[in-house]
Amino acid sequence: MLLDVVRFVRNDVHGKLRVALFVLAVLFSAPREGASSSSGQPASPAVAQQTTPVPTPAQQAVGASGATQTATPPAAGVNIVVLDPAHGGTDLGARGTGGIHESDIVLEFAAQVRTALEAQGFQVVQTRQGNANPSFDDRSAMANAQRGAIFVALHIASTGVPGTARVYVMNDLTSAVDATGLIPWDRAQAPFASLSRKLGDQVQALLAQRFKGSPAVAQTASVRQLRTTAAPAIAVEISSVTVEDRTQLDHMAPGVADAIARGAAAFRPTYVLPANPGEHP
Amino acid sequence: MTRRWRWWFLGALFLAVVVAAIYLPILRRNIRQAAKLQQRSEEQARRELTQPTVINPSDPKVKAKLFWASGADDGTVSAVTVELPLSNDPVLRAKQVLNTLLAGPVDTELRTLPPDAALLAFYLLPDGTAIADFSEALGTATPSGIQSEQMAVDSIARTLEANVPKVRRLKILIHGQEVETLAGHLDLTQAFLVNANAGSGPQAAATPGPAAAAPALTPTAATVKLTAPATKP
Repeated sequence: MLLDVVRFVRNDVHGKLRVALFVLAVLFSAPREGASSSSGQPASPAVAQQTTPVPTPAQQAVGASGATQTATPPAAGVNIVVLDPAHGGTDLGARGTGGIHESDIVLEFAAQVRTALEAQGFQVVQTRQGNANPSFDDRSAMANAQRGAIFVALHIASTGVPGTARVYVMNDLTSAVDATGLIPWDRAQAPFASLSRKLGDQVQALLAQRFKGSPAVAQTASVRQLRTTAAPAIAVEISSVTVEDRTQLDHMAPGVADAIARGAAAFRPTYVLPANPGEHP
Repeated sequence: MTRRWRWWFLGALFLAVVVAAIYLPILRRNIRQAAKLQQRSEEQARRELTQPTVINPSDPKVKAKLFWASGADDGTVSAVTVELPLSNDPVLRAKQVLNTLLAGPVDTELRTLPPDAALLAFYLLPDGTAIADFSEALGTATPSGIQSEQMAVDSIARTLEANVPKVRRLKILIHGQEVETLAGHLDLTQAFLVNANAGSGPQAAATPGPAAAAPALTPTAATVKLTAPATKP
């Protein structure tokens, strides 16, 4: 095929000209794509890291080449769950008297949650697989790089009634868009607050059915990890590392996994992705 | 080496091993105790230096509301009324109530802040932003978890809200530094909204969250300038 093209170009002067134009076009467009992937910035509903602000829908509508992008048809629901087993590495998280470490248990919980989510048809991305400790921003960036994703962080508490589970959503953040129409990285969660609340309430209701003594609705807290996440995001915290026997926590894992998976599945149709990448719900 | 000397040598070696087996655990225990004592005395010294008794008996006695754990084990805090001589100066008053809060309730189970934590400094900016600087123990000894960390911040903020009306926002520092989280979860890079109903402007929006004994606080976007405190302690 390639040989045919080369042979054709060799015999056709106009063809040579067209190929030269094509090569020039590729050269001009390639650096922008490269910069986007190398910086780890999100491809679609982007939130720029730290100093680079997020384009508003109007700005996002103008593509890299300067031409207006054609609107893609809106897609309903989410297909990806970014699962975040908290802590890891030297950060052990909550520590119980019986040598129980939050960082170990959440990783084991994550494996079961992943299986349950995959059974519901979700694609799962984990922020850490082993004993690593990515930064808060790195974890958020993994979620922000996806289009049509939700974010679920897993925690084990130091306090609370053992055998209960609580879902947290971020407090309402102040205005998400500043005077220039851009969203700062540390306000990434703001446009998703109501969706996070909806997802949180759905998962919490299922957890409350399974684990008596758990609240009926999601709680609000200023959770650092959620603040920079540009997706419907919740933190699930299970009580607690103070249990005498670790198997008490292990017994909770299937119930927690099922509640998260079913909650996410129930939430899926309510989240209609914006037509254009970069738009917010 | 003659046979006799060999026996003497082996005997001495055996004796040395027995003595070491007895003495080493005692030595290890002594070292641990000394380290603990030193740690305690350092913390004690820091507290003595940084936490002068600001309670002045000549101040008018008022019924102060201090927020400790409600005891329901659900992460909520509830008010306990304590009669205290409190200054009319907002900075002194804030230090008085926070030191009493740190001292803890009668029932130590209801404590929200670690006993070793100390208030190092307190500033109040003209815009109502309070900057409370705590010792490292606040970060290292607060139980790690969203619920426990939220409860610690709630108890500080609600106590200031109830007793120092001039405070509008609260910024928490640890040992003079801004830290990312309290103990791995709760965001301390932002200021917390206090006295939400008393303020004006966009940041004084109603506090969200479900009805509870003390609703969760809202972080604000206020940029706190630490270089120009209005009132120094």
